[in-house]
Amino acid sequence: MFYLGSDKLSGNDSEPNGLKSAAKQLIANGNDWQQRFLELAETAKDPRLKRFYQAGIDAGITNPNARLSDIPLLSIDFETTGFDPSKHGIVSIGSMPLNLQRIFNQQAKQWLAKPRRSLNTESIVIHGITHSQLQEAPDLLDILDELLETIAGHILVVHYRGIERPFLDVALRERIGEGIEFPVIDTMQLEARMHRAKRLSLWQRMRGQKQVSIRLADSRTRYGLPWYHPHDAVTDALATAELLQAQIAHHYSPETTLAEVWC
Amino acid sequence: MEAEHIEVLEFIKRFPPFNELPIEELERLAQAAEVGYFKAGSQILEYNQTINDLHVIRSGVVEVFRHTGDLYNRLSDGGFFGEAGLLRTGKVRFPVKAIEDTLVYFIPGGEFNRLYDEYEAFADAVEIEDRERLNRAVSSREGANDLMTVPIATLISRSPVSINETATIREAAEKMTTEEVSSLLIVANADTVERNAVNSSEKQEISAPIGIITDKDLRKRVLAVGLSEQTPVREIMSTELVFVQHNQHVFEAMLIMLRRNLHHLPVLKKNQTMGVLSLSDVVRHESKSSLFVVSSIFRQSSIEELATLVEDVQASFVRMVAEDANSRMIGSAMAVIGRSFKQRLLELGEEKFGPPPVPYCFLALGSMARDEQSIVTDQDNAMVLDDSFDPELHDDYFRQLAQFVSDGLDACGYTYCTGYIMATNPQWRQPLKVWQKYFSDWITEPTPESLLHASIFFDLDGVWGETEFANTLNKLIQYRAQRSNRFLACMARNALNRTPPLGFFKGFVMEKDGKQNNSINTKRRGTAPVADLIRVHALAIGSQQRNSFARLEDITEAGILPPGRGPDLRDALELISMVRIRHQALALQQGEKPDNNVAPSDLSDFERKNLKDAFQILSSAQRFMRFRYPNG
Repeated sequence: MFYLGSDKLSGNDSEPNGLKSAAKQLIANGNDWQQRFLELAETAKDPRLKRFYQAGIDAGITNPNARLSDIPLLSIDFETTGFDPSKHGIVSIGSMPLNLQRIFNQQAKQWLAKPRRSLNTESIVIHGITHSQLQEAPDLLDILDELLETIAGHILVVHYRGIERPFLDVALRERIGEGIEFPVIDTMQLEARMHRAKRLSLWQRMRGQKQVSIRLADSRTRYGLPWYHPHDAVTDALATAELLQAQIAHHYSPETTLAEVWC
Repeated sequence: MEAEHIEVLEFIKRFPPFNELPIEELERLAQAAEVGYFKAGSQILEYNQTINDLHVIRSGVVEVFRHTGDLYNRLSDGGFFGEAGLLRTGKVRFPVKAIEDTLVYFIPGGEFNRLYDEYEAFADAVEIEDRERLNRAVSSREGANDLMTVPIATLISRSPVSINETATIREAAEKMTTEEVSSLLIVANADTVERNAVNSSEKQEISAPIGIITDKDLRKRVLAVGLSEQTPVREIMSTELVFVQHNQHVFEAMLIMLRRNLHHLPVLKKNQTMGVLSLSDVVRHESKSSLFVVSSIFRQSSIEELATLVEDVQASFVRMVAEDANSRMIGSAMAVIGRSFKQRLLELGEEKFGPPPVPYCFLALGSMARDEQSIVTDQDNAMVLDDSFDPELHDDYFRQLAQFVSDGLDACGYTYCTGYIMATNPQWRQPLKVWQKYFSDWITEPTPESLLHASIFFDLDGVWGETEFANTLNKLIQYRAQRSNRFLACMARNALNRTPPLGFFKGFVMEKDGKQNNSINTKRRGTAPVADLIRVHALAIGSQQRNSFARLEDITEAGILPPGRGPDLRDALELISMVRIRHQALALQQGEKPDNNVAPSDLSDFERKNLKDAFQILSSAQRFMRFRYPNG
């Protein structure tokens, strides 16, 4: 994932600015993904998107009562050139399927994409991807079939929902004229529930008490997970997948329903 | 684009056995690996489950256990486990538990086995770890607490109690009450069986139980929900029966109980249900270990309380026999128990009568001192007092203390010594200098008569107080005895007083004069003459050992026996001891008073033949002794 400044990590429940899609409304409507997917499977114009929604319905990932142990999960991470989907672009994607017991390296995937917007050098260095690699990379449109096929039928797992969902939505609007919606499990939000249930009191702030960090690396440390080098899409997807397993093992159970954790 | 698994790759290449592999193989492994998280306290591998992957610890700590539940190994980052199962049976041999939050990289078993075959260095690195484990396993086998080796069948004391599926709940409850069982097997109604059976062999299988009910079911499924007692039992029975085989280990049954949360397991032998193993059977079994008995001895605070442990002592004796312990293990375990009783009684006595006015040492004599105690034993003991002892001033105290201990031992199953070799006898409650004179006289002025009852004093061990007194006496014996041929000759002559029988004929014991007896005293005619004989040789070579097997090792090493006789004698002693011990264990199990008298009809052909051989070995060893220590 992209490096996130502290201002972006408040962990409150507002979606980031870049997100303009109907997903925002959905949250207010109580996460009725079942209904929403049925509508979208009808109304989507692009056949790939139609297939994507239908696959989600068929796999049962829109059923709020489905148990986590029965649902195919896919941890996904985008490396981007910044945080704002209207100004920045996707440079690489890593995905890693998992269930509550195992994470499957064998089925991991990785794509590089050449962003349509200007590349700022600084972000490239962070990702460890070179200019020439990106110059040779395809446009997201060229890998869209494969990407959608990979993520279809899975609940996506991300650390901080403000990146992958809005970036993919905006990228699709720009390329095929319609956006995309899907439920995600946000490990950062699960962590915020544990540590940000209450805001610090004035007294606590005056005493210099700091909020618990819910960044990926810091969250992992709390569960005894090792430190991984950040900013590689596949590694970040693995890191997020491990974090989810740890969170479920400590705070939830295989019987936990999607409704309790998705957004 | 194929994903690169940088973290997994960078990690595994640092650790053996993976650091032996070329980079292409490492990349392939990182690609094939799976990852899983285990919260602290969770079980990662259970005994005997199928295993498909090598487990590599990325971070965290795990503990590896033996079948017995004993800790076997602790591993952290870079440690791996599961290879033993992968290379052999495909089943987990060592259960593993996370003791800290742990992240595991799983390497598929297929890849692991292929690498093991293709790369010698990889296989070696795996083997090194494996061999270290094997060494640990072998070294701990001796004296291991043996849930691991006890078959389930040994815990089944009665045939199963069952009832027809059509019986009412009330009838079932009545049957459970009269039979005093906590579970009842449910069998199919004969009609149902007839109707469904296609042929006779199938019929037999169907007559196996179809369900089980337990006390708990009566409470939860009947009383708590107000179900009529006239309801057929099949309505409330559990149909998910989990069977175990009679020859599986108790440990395995225990794991099944824990895993499935069951308290009753029907036990099969040749496809027949031979009984039901309950959790309480397992718990009771565990409480019979000799270590448990020893620890409880020191928790009792009166003779009455100590006396309640007699049954536990007997149970631990029976258990050791059932677990195939050898006579040396059993003898020393029983001696430790006996010694503990003495120590606790002396502790209690000193509380009662106050601290001793002068230092003293309490001695164990005979079989206890030799670590060869059996369950049938009397008390042979004595007191060595400090030389400052003044009978006028101090003897009241020691007399009372000796009486207290002697009475206590009697209450705990160690009967009074008929030969009056006890600390209650003033003759055997004397200052060190008197004891030194006793031994000097026995050794330097010996006559067969004076030594007739003295041999027991040549096996002495200080169990309480100034044990240095006992050491002083043992050193004196060791130094003087080997220098006195007359003493050795007298001891040898006395050791010939008790002889083995010739053998067996039909159901009788054959004596040398042709007489036939109905039974044989395995102590007087077997273990005692062997111990006597070994003691003479041990005194002659100045051995410091007291246990007969240990003495025999010294004797064999000293080379005073004809070649091969040492090991023969050892085997003979072991055989006779075990016949005696098994006979006593059997009596205890049948609720009879154990003794030393074995009737030939109680022995198998095999035992009779071996016993006869053992008696012959003893006979010829006695002949050799007569020749070796001729009358001075």
